[in-house]
Amino acid sequence: MPMQAQLDRRAAVATLLRSRKDTLIVSGLGSPTYDLHSVGEHDGNFYLWGAMGGAALIGLGLAQAQPGKRVIALTGDGEQLMGVGGLATIGVARPRNLDIVVIDNQHFGETGMQASHTGRGVDLTAIAAACGFAATGTVRTLEEVERLAAQIAQPADGPRLFVVKVLAENPPRSLPSRDAVFIKNRFRAHLGFAAA
Amino acid sequence: MHSPKPNPEARSSDDWPSELYRILKAADVRQMSYVPDAGHSELIRMFSADRDVTTNVLTTEEEGIAIAAGAWLGGQRSVVLMQSSGVGNCINMLSLSAIGRFPLLMLVTMRGEWAEFNPWQVPMSRATQPSLEAIGMKVMRAETAEDLVETVESAAALAYDSDQQIAVLIGQRLIGKKKW
Repeated sequence: MPMQAQLDRRAAVATLLRSRKDTLIVSGLGSPTYDLHSVGEHDGNFYLWGAMGGAALIGLGLAQAQPGKRVIALTGDGEQLMGVGGLATIGVARPRNLDIVVIDNQHFGETGMQASHTGRGVDLTAIAAACGFAATGTVRTLEEVERLAAQIAQPADGPRLFVVKVLAENPPRSLPSRDAVFIKNRFRAHLGFAAA
Repeated sequence: MHSPKPNPEARSSDDWPSELYRILKAADVRQMSYVPDAGHSELIRMFSADRDVTTNVLTTEEEGIAIAAGAWLGGQRSVVLMQSSGVGNCINMLSLSAIGRFPLLMLVTMRGEWAEFNPWQVPMSRATQPSLEAIGMKVMRAETAEDLVETVESAAALAYDSDQQIAVLIGQRLIGKKKW
């Protein structure tokens, strides 16, 4: 029988990113963007408010352009399910500095909490493993999230995908800027590139 | 008198993929992503053999739009190759390039408009330019090799230097009839 998730998503994301250092983070639209912003504003954050299915692939382009930096695509189960073919593209590209972290509440939280595919048996870690990811895993407790944060800080042989099973709830929204040009220019300035 | 040597003029117009490769390299393109396509096969081969360019094969075209945005965030220029049928897959993802004013250069080989044998290619062919324009892309078109080379050179400057989102449509007449 599957274990019921008990983990609070905000606590999980805060714990995961407590010692992020110079990690670059792209967050998928909906709750992962609010979760990332709730931890604190950071110039190395790129928040998505749309482009559903694109977070992990923006992470791929970024990881390939910045091979010396660790990149995390922080996304939700609904967003990653829409971009599931992208896992094959990332598996073939095999970047060593890209981690996909799926905050998985097994529901489509933005649209009324309908059960998602991951709540009906689809396992994103198994798909990623079949696509050739170097490591995958599922965590369900805060202690496991702490160990995951330590694992992500270590070098990898290829892309990794981790699922963090969290309670299906909508905590109060923590809203970053919706001005994509501002977020883009701030992100690039953080890496030392001039604004257009 | 019959000469076994190809006509130099014909050769240069047949060799537009090499010219595009030269232009994109001169524009400092460092990433290329593609959905395989016969019209782009030479360009795909040249980029794939280039150790200074990262290439990604995609499962669907919109992935390339997201990758190009990520590349730009990380300081690199990216080009996306596809055919007109793939444009339809990209439309929502192109919101990202439009709203973020991300430089974007797409090279699109046309199907369904000239000596096409497959009627299923025709509806998306008709929809390619209007749907790109509806989402905010600038569309440029070329029907001859000379025009294509000049157009891509201009499009690359506009995209990467002026933060524009540009699709260059490569007319099917230029690709030639598919042989079966």
